[in-house]
Amino acid sequence: MILATSKSAKGWLIATAALLIAGYAATALAEVAIPPLRARVTDLTGTLNQQQKTALEARLAEFEAKKGAQIGILVLPSTKPEEIEQFAVRVQEAWQLGRAGVDDGVLLVVAKDDRAVRIEVGYGLEGVLPDAIAKRIIEDDIIPRFRNGDFYAGIDAGLTRVMGVIEGEPLPPPRRKTVSQARTGLDWLFPAFVLLLIGRRLLTAVFGRFGGASLSGAILGMIAWIVVGSLFIALLVGVLAFLFSLSTGIPGGRFYRPWGGGWSSGRGGSLRGGWSSGGFGGGGGLSGGGGASGRW
Amino acid sequence: MKRVLIVMLTVLLVSGMTGCGYNTLQSTDENINATWSEVVNQYQRRADLIPNLVETVKGYAAQEQEILLGVTEARSKVGSIQATPEMVNDPAALQKFSAAQGELSSALSRLLVVVENYPQLKSDVNFRDLQAQLEGTENRIAVARQRYIKAVQEYNVIVRSFPSNLTAMIFGYDTKPQFTVENEAQIAQPPQVDFGNE
Repeated sequence: MILATSKSAKGWLIATAALLIAGYAATALAEVAIPPLRARVTDLTGTLNQQQKTALEARLAEFEAKKGAQIGILVLPSTKPEEIEQFAVRVQEAWQLGRAGVDDGVLLVVAKDDRAVRIEVGYGLEGVLPDAIAKRIIEDDIIPRFRNGDFYAGIDAGLTRVMGVIEGEPLPPPRRKTVSQARTGLDWLFPAFVLLLIGRRLLTAVFGRFGGASLSGAILGMIAWIVVGSLFIALLVGVLAFLFSLSTGIPGGRFYRPWGGGWSSGRGGSLRGGWSSGGFGGGGGLSGGGGASGRW
Repeated sequence: MKRVLIVMLTVLLVSGMTGCGYNTLQSTDENINATWSEVVNQYQRRADLIPNLVETVKGYAAQEQEILLGVTEARSKVGSIQATPEMVNDPAALQKFSAAQGELSSALSRLLVVVENYPQLKSDVNFRDLQAQLEGTENRIAVARQRYIKAVQEYNVIVRSFPSNLTAMIFGYDTKPQFTVENEAQIAQPPQVDFGNE
């Protein structure tokens, strides 16, 4: 059958070949996927050995603890078909290095096979690390070492310069862990409170006015205890909720509409920054194509 | 019981209001304004770099009169167009703005091609810094434009799709013009890789 219709078999072959080529073209055109942010140093090429990675990680972690600014490093084979500039912007959009609002993130991308390197600077550091300085760091410190094939030394020297420059900039102090936790707790408290005020109407309908008020007080106190972790604050919140429930439980009282005031979480930067205890995550920083790149 | 009913009704009403897309319309519209300001801001930043750049090049390559004049003229043309926030609603004005910026882009790329013939200029520290700034600014322009295009796209989708198109119609929100494609290739390209045009 197949042999008999050799003409159609040929057609099939051509069609299959065309499909394969089209498929290949599609994958060739597709953008390079952005690796997930798990550590400060992401090396997809195996250029850096474990010891070097750990050393860089330690330097970057120490710097963030001291200064608050986040620096990330990404080493990958190629960014083609995109230019390294566009790719770096996409990575920073996904990783969000730097603190939300302060935007003090720096991303160092090395595309080894493209022989290209880029320093992407967050909005908040554009003043202290302007394009010209970033370019000088690349040309003077990074590229000469890359030309010699010493990638670790190049990255390390570049980092030293970048850190030295940021060092002189008065940034907001890094947030202590406890502070961020307390803040997250209070962030949750308000919605919980509002929700309970609604739920209270149901509770009072079922358990009566006094019963409903004491129940809402107890529940809110429990929530406060779990979230904040302090019994004193929990008791305080519970009593306040009880009194508030009782006082607004007057028949014909006006409605409390939580939808009126927006408590949208925005970019959610504080949450992402605050919760990550084991792994590493971006703090919600933004960048807009600032920085410089170089080729060697 | 009656009170519970009223609460439920309020919930329904409020969620119904957010469902008609009015709020999304507002936020995407505002996002267009914000991203547009960034586009204008970055173009302005480029224009601000030019006098310094022209002066520096003059110091080494004064004989390139024609090309230097071209850059200066393109810059003054860009400066004569007032980039207002209302421009985002006016396709003709947007087109004019884009065209003027595109002309400046190609004038700059011609200048940077010529610069290749002057090794002394190329190694001048001041020029190198200016060139880095120019490259960075071109890159910022590309990013700002891309974000603006995305913002307009998001808004236009909401204006056109059901049921938010009804809300848009009632409140008089119309689709906004995009940066056109022929300008896209011309402007989004950083000048230093534009050598093929020569």
